[in-house]
Amino acid sequence: MRVIAAMSGGVDSAVAAARAAEAGHDVTGIHLALSRNPRSHRTGARGCCTVEDAGDARRAADMIGIPFYVWDLSDRFHADVVENFVAEYAAGRTPNPCVRCNESIKFTAVLDRAVALGFDAVATGHYAQLVEVDGVVGLHRAVDPGKDQSYVLGVLTQPQLRRSMFPLGDSRKDAVRAEAARRGLLVAQKPDSHDICFIADGDTSGWLRERLGSGGGEIVDHASGEVLGHHEGAFGFTVGQRKGLGIDRPTDDGRPRYVLDIEPVSGTVTVGPREELDVDRLEGSAPRWCSSVPQLPLRCTVQLRAHGGEHRAVLRPSDGQVLIELLDPARGIAPGQTAVVYDGSRVVGSCTLVSASRGPAVGMTAPATVAVAQIAPR
Amino acid sequence: MNDTDDGQLVYLDHAASTPMRPEAVAAMTTHLTHLGNPSSLHAPGRAARRVVEESRETVARALNCRPGEVVFTSGGTESDNLAVKGVFWARREQDPRRTRILSTVVEHHAVLDSLHWLAEHEGAQVELLPVDRLGRVDVDALRRALERDPGSVALVSAMWANNEVGTVQPVAEVVELAHAHDVPVHTDAVQAVGQVSVDVAACGVDAFTLTAHKVGGPYGVGALVVRRELSLTPLLHGGGQERDVRSGTLDTPAIAAFAAAVELAVKHQPEHAARVAALRDELVHRVAEQVPDAVLNGDPDTGLDHRLPGNAHLTFPGCEGDSLLMLLDARGIATSTGSACSAGVPQPSHVLLAMGRDPEQARSSLRLTLGHTSTREDVEAVVDAIGPVVERARAAGAASRKAG
Repeated sequence: MRVIAAMSGGVDSAVAAARAAEAGHDVTGIHLALSRNPRSHRTGARGCCTVEDAGDARRAADMIGIPFYVWDLSDRFHADVVENFVAEYAAGRTPNPCVRCNESIKFTAVLDRAVALGFDAVATGHYAQLVEVDGVVGLHRAVDPGKDQSYVLGVLTQPQLRRSMFPLGDSRKDAVRAEAARRGLLVAQKPDSHDICFIADGDTSGWLRERLGSGGGEIVDHASGEVLGHHEGAFGFTVGQRKGLGIDRPTDDGRPRYVLDIEPVSGTVTVGPREELDVDRLEGSAPRWCSSVPQLPLRCTVQLRAHGGEHRAVLRPSDGQVLIELLDPARGIAPGQTAVVYDGSRVVGSCTLVSASRGPAVGMTAPATVAVAQIAPR
Repeated sequence: MNDTDDGQLVYLDHAASTPMRPEAVAAMTTHLTHLGNPSSLHAPGRAARRVVEESRETVARALNCRPGEVVFTSGGTESDNLAVKGVFWARREQDPRRTRILSTVVEHHAVLDSLHWLAEHEGAQVELLPVDRLGRVDVDALRRALERDPGSVALVSAMWANNEVGTVQPVAEVVELAHAHDVPVHTDAVQAVGQVSVDVAACGVDAFTLTAHKVGGPYGVGALVVRRELSLTPLLHGGGQERDVRSGTLDTPAIAAFAAAVELAVKHQPEHAARVAALRDELVHRVAEQVPDAVLNGDPDTGLDHRLPGNAHLTFPGCEGDSLLMLLDARGIATSTGSACSAGVPQPSHVLLAMGRDPEQARSSLRLTLGHTSTREDVEAVVDAIGPVVERARAAGAASRKAG
């Protein structure tokens, strides 16, 4: 096959490209230029998308012996990922930019262009497995649970999966590093990237404050509505946060307060007891299925964050959307987050959460919908 | 495909770098084995110095300037930096009022970025003169800019020929206008030497940039020809080599090879230009047969006072230049999209934008440049490949637009 290997300049995508080439595919490496003004290490960026990363990717391609080019997708990335990220926060939701990037950049813009240019597939360094059964390609968790990235790929549909290659899905990270060293790839010991790639210094709330303005607001008790204090900017708060609330008045019963809700426009931060954070009814919109549409209701597990645990759940249809009933409650869930649905190790599909609430079985009274927001995705 | 196997390579990027001439390789390898720092006083040092000075005389003879006016540098970028910054600093020191620099919007980044740096850090007022749709500088705009306040102009810098679209600039007119106001002129002639007739004394420029690897010499060596009367503040300080204008141990083997290459390039320029221009014309003509809506950028007048003989710069509507480059590269045909930043990101060319193209047209362009090793077979290879390549690149362009 003729394969495009997307190379970030990191160790994973370099080994993925090397494996694809070694498997006999005709591989061409590309580095995605996603920033209009690529920074250098000298100017303080880290993780990826720097001039040095493009150079590292080029050197890896040289050593593998494949052609290499830079594809400029900075305009698309800015419109579809960065602006979306800001707009979602402005609307009080918590987006996952890596999910958006996979959905609209890597497996749409890059894949479409690759196919038009005569390539058959796009290979990346994601840790996930593809298993074909009866002509249907299934997306599965990686062998290495610590590195599994099936969550951020849960938005991919069957046509996209059929043209994807994840050569690292059967390997553990330490084995990949060792292989990189054995292959002489200089990126073997390069640290993993963790942060949002377009926020160079990792300060997400500061970055958002620059774009959305800060504006102080009130800290309000969820039960009484009483104003307990003021803050200098809602971006400093995270749903579920306990420390640093700056309230000098203790609660009547002496129990700690947690951030329950952050209202994006007014900047009002609502605080209350810990149990108010627990939710077990999630409504999701825009479901995307990796293969066929599943039979609902479906007993399944769901993952709600990139590195979150699994929750047992039942998936039900709900007026064009989906309703997720959690058997294991989740805490601090914000609208905008992506829920990825699993059947065992296989990804069934995904949806975007629009609301989270406590159902009658857990709550004492009628379900009180808490529209919650969380600031820093991990 | 193997990146290092160039047996079947069709090389059409001579404006980026042209193969070394065998005579230059011979000169370089000979002197690599010879001992001696040309600044040393002993016999091996004198032998090296003799090679450097003979090379200087060879370069001067080829360009028609005095040997003492040739300052060896590390290449075009250094020469441009030295000319622009060095003349600006020296002239401003003589007269603090001289803070304006007049140049053109289509200069190479070695000039443009030097100008931006001077504007940002040294208080220079940079005025970039516009060009017409063919990429030729607006001489009337230069006249007006000079006449507005000639006493405030430190220098004029205008390239001899453009590296992207191959347009040859009216350097003689620029010099005449500037000299009428006693303003010195620098020209970046990196693309012109060996392609068109170049005579430093006759054209009257005060500073003149050239580099070896565009004329069949090695990388990393070049020269700035500086008229003796023009004072220049150095960029590099040290041992005081090159009239104190450019310190640094002279690279004897590279300088010897540079001189050999310049000599041959200038000597053979008339027949080279005729041969390469004929190939270029055939290339443009036959590509247009395959892709009727392809547009030739730059000056359609192929006279050597209008367009570089080896330059074919084409816009293929609906294609992205980098798709074309990649698809041709996969077929063993090496071309260029014209400009690339350090991350290798294709930016729309500032030259095409200055010529009135929109960013999409600028991104749809491909530069094919022929040189002394180009053959009819190279032209045939492009003609055979271009139809399917453009079709494929158009499909990719359409996919991008649909998804966008």
